[in-house]
Amino acid sequence: MHYAPSTEHQAPIQMAVNDALAGTHKITEEAREQQGGQLVPTLNDFSQELTTLNLGPTHPATHGIFQNILQMDGERIISGVPTIGYIHRAFEKIAERRPFYQITPLTDRMNYCSSPINNMGWHMTVEKLLGVTVPKRAQYIRVIMMELARIADHLICNSILGVDTGAFTGFLYVFQEREKIYEIYEEVCGSRLTTNMGRVGGMERDLTPVAIDKLRTWLKEFPTVMKEFEAMFNRNRIFMDRVVNVGPITAEKALNYGFTGPNLRAAGVDYDVRVMNPYSSYEDFEFDIPVGTNGDTYDRFMVRNEEIWQSLRIINQALDRLPDGPFHADAPHYYLPTKEAVYKNMEALIYHFKIIMGEIDAPVGEVYHSVEGGNGELGFYLVSDGGRTPYRLHFRRPCFIYYQAYSEMVVGTSLSDAIVILSSMNVIAGELDA
Amino acid sequence: MADPTKEESTAAQETAAAQDPTAQQNAQILALLHSLFGESTFSDVSEPYGLLTVTTKREHIHGIVAGLQQDETLKFHFLTTMCGINYPENLNQELGMIYHLHSLVHNVRLRIKIFFPVADPVVPTLSDIYAAANWMEREAYDFYGVIFTGHPNLRRILNVDDMDYFPMRKQYPVEDGTREDKTDLFFGR
Repeated sequence: MHYAPSTEHQAPIQMAVNDALAGTHKITEEAREQQGGQLVPTLNDFSQELTTLNLGPTHPATHGIFQNILQMDGERIISGVPTIGYIHRAFEKIAERRPFYQITPLTDRMNYCSSPINNMGWHMTVEKLLGVTVPKRAQYIRVIMMELARIADHLICNSILGVDTGAFTGFLYVFQEREKIYEIYEEVCGSRLTTNMGRVGGMERDLTPVAIDKLRTWLKEFPTVMKEFEAMFNRNRIFMDRVVNVGPITAEKALNYGFTGPNLRAAGVDYDVRVMNPYSSYEDFEFDIPVGTNGDTYDRFMVRNEEIWQSLRIINQALDRLPDGPFHADAPHYYLPTKEAVYKNMEALIYHFKIIMGEIDAPVGEVYHSVEGGNGELGFYLVSDGGRTPYRLHFRRPCFIYYQAYSEMVVGTSLSDAIVILSSMNVIAGELDA
Repeated sequence: MADPTKEESTAAQETAAAQDPTAQQNAQILALLHSLFGESTFSDVSEPYGLLTVTTKREHIHGIVAGLQQDETLKFHFLTTMCGINYPENLNQELGMIYHLHSLVHNVRLRIKIFFPVADPVVPTLSDIYAAANWMEREAYDFYGVIFTGHPNLRRILNVDDMDYFPMRKQYPVEDGTREDKTDLFFGR
């Protein structure tokens, strides 16, 4: 029997898988009728010789905790049922109890490969609500840090994709550079992975000469490594055989599935929040948006590589044109004063106390603000009822939305392709589960 | 509608629209929405931070989102996100759903809200219009217990299947109610 795995077949098969998991190894009459009287393959249907494979939740090839119950005919995937939520930490609920500045560490832990973008996105959302204008210097520093984070994020995704196709070397080459990005973070904010960088109103401190020095050195050294990485992969026959035409998605379907970021651009839609709704002075910089044509794994890989080059362009422009001036807004109600000021200045002490105790009320209102995260449009929908905490905070997590398409994209592919598709989609468990 | 306050506010909106391009655009969209779906369909029109926000009834939501997707002028092709919300004090309007739509062609966003009683939390699904709505609705069901009629697989998504309450509802505070050290007696909250 030849299966034509399509969407209308999927639902009964999923039901059959669910039934099978629940211990009822039977084909229901309804399911058979839905199939037009055809036999629905189930687990115990030995004539079909189907295998159920539990991919995950802790499988080294999935780079995170997701489970996919795959039903396989030999090496070919008939259907996939994803289960998510393994590291759900109820961020939206916790955020309803936290003052605004205490929510920043929660955002760190969403897409932990590019924490600064999440931090800055959250700060900008609160600034929009409060009506605080951030000085140009702080905006430029933010742009530099966000683009560094984007590079780190894309490097992880692309190099891990290499690892999944059997090319380990490129991963080690670029991870050294990622380490240097983390050293720059460390110099700017003190931490590396979960950065908690910046404040509502600007940066917590100015870029130090050491940080600028490290940044300049890295900007000089990194292109060589990146060129090496690209030379190793872009036209590599073995790599291309593994990724070209694997997991393609059309632009229409991608939009319908709510794809954003590099995955959508790989399908040929030039939607980039940085250009469509510029924030933090992105309109000052010149950069291109790379787009693909097929939306397959190779396009996603190439789009990310090109975005790394574009991010470098932005960082170079921002660093060269870094304006002088304050690195934070003049908003004493919201911006934490320096320690020296707290010791010497009565008002600073009062504001320090009020901010730390979460005694600053925010205005009533609702704000949606989105930034271009490492893997798509990262949105913050904040409803404030005028209290110290958000009344409701909803994170639009790009992964959560586009990972839905995964079970459809893997149907008909082989298991090894499914792994490659998963890595090329850059699904980060922390962001997926919030 | 011979309500003088309403007329005043429309006039005020018109003057504001003349000055601000965002407000102008929003006024155009609102006019189109009114002509497409009827003026009485929408209430509570506002523009917080430049984003056009309308409230409608749950009976209309499916038709509106489908109509907006097909409409050749507005081209709201993209469902950015949706989320539930809970206002326990609003009698018979305790639960809500908030939809964010985006027209990528015109680069305009639209926020649509619906409110309904917590005793009858039934809303038509949008998963037949947007594949992206599938998990978003499962999330809203998981957090707030909103039942989406016509949803192909309405199960919990982030929490465990055997959870017997809807944790994002305001009746479940985050901290343990028996803890004394966390109460805000001294700061009057």
